[in-house]
Amino acid sequence: MRIWKFGDNINTDYITPGRYNLTTDEKRLAKIVFKEYRPEFAEKVRPGDIIVAGKNFGCGSSRETAALALKAAGIKLIIAKSFSRIFFRNAVNIGLPVIICAEADKIEEEDVLKVDFKRGLIRIVNKNIILRCSSLPDFILNIISEGGLINYIRKHGDFKI
Amino acid sequence: MGMTLTEKILARASNKRKVEPGEIIVVKVDIAMSHDSTTPLAINPFYKITDKVFNEKKIVIFFDHVVPPPNIDASILHQKIRKFISEQNLINVHCEGICHQILAEKYVKPGYIVIGADSHTCTLGALGAFATGVGSTDIAAIYATGKCWLRVPETYRINILGKLPKGVYAKDIILNIIGKIRADGAIYKSIEFHGNIVKEFSISSRLTLTNMVIEMGAMNGIIEADEKTLEFTGNSGILMKSDDDAEYEEIFTFDISRLEPQIACPHNVDNVKDISEVEGLEVDQIFIGTCTNGRVEDIGVATKILSKGRVNKNVRLIITPASNKVYLECIRLGYIEKLIKSGAIVTNPGCGPCLGRHEGVLGPGEICISTGNRNFMGRMGSPDAKIYLASPATAAASALKGRITDPRKYL
Repeated sequence: MRIWKFGDNINTDYITPGRYNLTTDEKRLAKIVFKEYRPEFAEKVRPGDIIVAGKNFGCGSSRETAALALKAAGIKLIIAKSFSRIFFRNAVNIGLPVIICAEADKIEEEDVLKVDFKRGLIRIVNKNIILRCSSLPDFILNIISEGGLINYIRKHGDFKI
Repeated sequence: MGMTLTEKILARASNKRKVEPGEIIVVKVDIAMSHDSTTPLAINPFYKITDKVFNEKKIVIFFDHVVPPPNIDASILHQKIRKFISEQNLINVHCEGICHQILAEKYVKPGYIVIGADSHTCTLGALGAFATGVGSTDIAAIYATGKCWLRVPETYRINILGKLPKGVYAKDIILNIIGKIRADGAIYKSIEFHGNIVKEFSISSRLTLTNMVIEMGAMNGIIEADEKTLEFTGNSGILMKSDDDAEYEEIFTFDISRLEPQIACPHNVDNVKDISEVEGLEVDQIFIGTCTNGRVEDIGVATKILSKGRVNKNVRLIITPASNKVYLECIRLGYIEKLIKSGAIVTNPGCGPCLGRHEGVLGPGEICISTGNRNFMGRMGSPDAKIYLASPATAAASALKGRITDPRKYL
């Protein structure tokens, strides 16, 4: 498991640049993720890796390929100080776990993390620090636990709030 | 405590008497939209839920992002969408302009809930509607159920006051506001615009204001409908206003009487400067168009300035009308002939080169002034290119000089 750190305002043009974003094929999307912004990412990312970012992660366009490409590349969790609204929805909707942590800065690339998603706690094991995250409404946690919006609607037949 | 306009529209659409910020609600959608970039990823999720759309009259599909397709990959995506349109017998299909422009021209009325699979769907709030962007899976769920969950946003009220200076337009004002509030300063907020300037603005200028609220992270931008809105939308829709005692999380007031033309510098939309700070920088491409500034009013201002000379030989000027309706009106008014004679390239309506796929892709080291809404690194082509965002007037003046130029000299 590797942690990939990013700064503030990482936009969807960096994640899946418009010029390459002409496919719905997940394998092809996994190859173009961060193609120009961080060219080594697509090659070195491994299943189970985590992204830790600053403010406003995923800002910009509504392209769902951004969340899908990260998921297809093997990212299992994104921790950020804040997310753009649409990226956050897209990630939840496709079952890519996202967590809002105001203290994400304290995490470094070499750290080992244990994440309690439901309680909203991140433990930095090697530093013995616990970071408290924003709690998500049960409605959103339910969508994530069903593996995304489509499974949720298939199971419940409607939105249950 | 009263409600804001956004809260009133959301309450009505969720069949509630009152809604409050932070509450999660389910709304009935009046208009749902997706385009050639976002429809392809909605099709499989849609068929996992159902085999029939909830109401074909309330769904609008656009081909605008790369139209006509410039390569085989794009053609394959268009084919996939055409198949979906045909299987579902969808009737509202457009390939003659940008989704937000055509939604404004033909579909959206005050009080509507408009959900689009495009981040700039917030544009339609200028007509007194609640309009916001989502991704492909959300739009698939709406196409299947007609419903969408939303978290009721807190509202920022922005008052724009003063006397509009010469050479300053809605674009300069919204860039100035974004520079102050910053790219993450309004995440998930509703932005309600007020003030004498907003009242005086045409519908076209109001659409420019609400178009860019997403660049501060906002969920929606909204302007109360008035007599201009009613004239534009054919006297239909539901008229609502914020209550006098509505609760705003923050109130910002911008007096723009002394504002000079603004420009957003690479590579973030909130990196906004006065034009005087970057004047004189040589440019390679100028692009006038997009859902922000591709309307008749915008092309008219550009024509007025470009009629005073010829496009500098060192630059390419690309003009992309926002819709065929805009294009035809510009032809009727004689703008297009003047623009072509000045040396401009006029393309078919659509998103044009804004997202870097065709019709003016930037090469390494090139500098572009765009009237669009995003200047992210690599957005319009090479990651080594630079994009500056400005008004159509600034773009047109810069096309004459081949350098970033203050438009006030030509007005």
